[in-house]
Amino acid sequence: MITAERKPLEELIEYIKPFKRLLLVGCNECVTVCAAGGRKEVGLLASGLHMAMLKSGTNIEIHEHTLERQCDPEYIDELVPMIDSVDAVMSMACGCGVQEIARRFKGKPVFPAVNTKFMGASERQGVWSERCQGCGDCLLGKTGGVCPIARCAKQLMNGPCGGSTGGHCEIGEDVDCAWALIWERLKELGQEDRFVEITPAKDWRPGGGAGPRKIIREDLAE
Amino acid sequence: MENFEPVIVAFCCHYCAYTAADMAGSQRLAYPANVKIIRVPCSSKVDALHLVKAFEKGADGVYVAGCLEGDCHFKNGNMRAARLVESVQKYLEEIGIERERLEMVMMSAGMGYRFAQVATEMTEKIRKLGPSSIHVALVGRESTLQPAGII
Repeated sequence: MITAERKPLEELIEYIKPFKRLLLVGCNECVTVCAAGGRKEVGLLASGLHMAMLKSGTNIEIHEHTLERQCDPEYIDELVPMIDSVDAVMSMACGCGVQEIARRFKGKPVFPAVNTKFMGASERQGVWSERCQGCGDCLLGKTGGVCPIARCAKQLMNGPCGGSTGGHCEIGEDVDCAWALIWERLKELGQEDRFVEITPAKDWRPGGGAGPRKIIREDLAE
Repeated sequence: MENFEPVIVAFCCHYCAYTAADMAGSQRLAYPANVKIIRVPCSSKVDALHLVKAFEKGADGVYVAGCLEGDCHFKNGNMRAARLVESVQKYLEEIGIERERLEMVMMSAGMGYRFAQVATEMTEKIRKLGPSSIHVALVGRESTLQPAGII
């Protein structure tokens, strides 16, 4: 999922200060799962912003709405009946949702309420870790299902480096060395020979190196 | 605000604090009428939204009362509630509300005396802190939400 974290309240207050009526929009997808921008977080933030504004002597009207998905225009249409009654929109979705709202409602200021972090998985309740960087040329099949692009601090294609100690990365005791994980996994699979294969330098063009990416499915595109 | 009487909301677990409140009643122990009790099936049933909304509606203090450590009817709900309270305290600080206005307390069903003591201490603490800035703003706006009817 795409993970996110709420921005500090202070920053959000700066955004909304000039406005009297705000539409706070959540998303039922990834940001709900990582507890950053679902219906509950929309309620919490609306309440917090309302109180913070009250304290500063301003009364702001905050409308709350959570969409099934903010990254699809079909769902954004749901906001049409509400948009005229507000001065600005604040989105609790990832950057994709914020941009879709901005694209749909051109005359309305749109602000992000969260910082979009990374594509990750849930390690345990309340803990998410980066697992994928969308490099566009997945090599998990060669690395025993552990990604050296997302999980190695140096994104080494042939690791580990000298900073790997006891299975940990030199950047922090709480960070696993991806290449140590790869080695362990290849051992379990009986594929140690893969470890000695030298992988050439990565072509970063499919990973964003050639500019913004797009997928066009001829069978689906209208 | 003259003659300030704090409004305090207490979320009480059915298996301990709520029964302790009953116990306090049977023992004829007096505790301040400022404390409004909301019974919950477990302290972990209390959500961040409940706590924040209480303050938004003008509560001056809020506390969650759960079972003693190790005694939760649902194994560890009380410890989860304690963690939640801690995170909401941080959020309140961000908003500009003193974290002392929110507390987690623990007691057993038999602690009628402790229930009355906690209610009294919390009321006195909040009385010293004064009305919450939200309460003041709400009253200042001549809101219909007057202290007695806020919650």
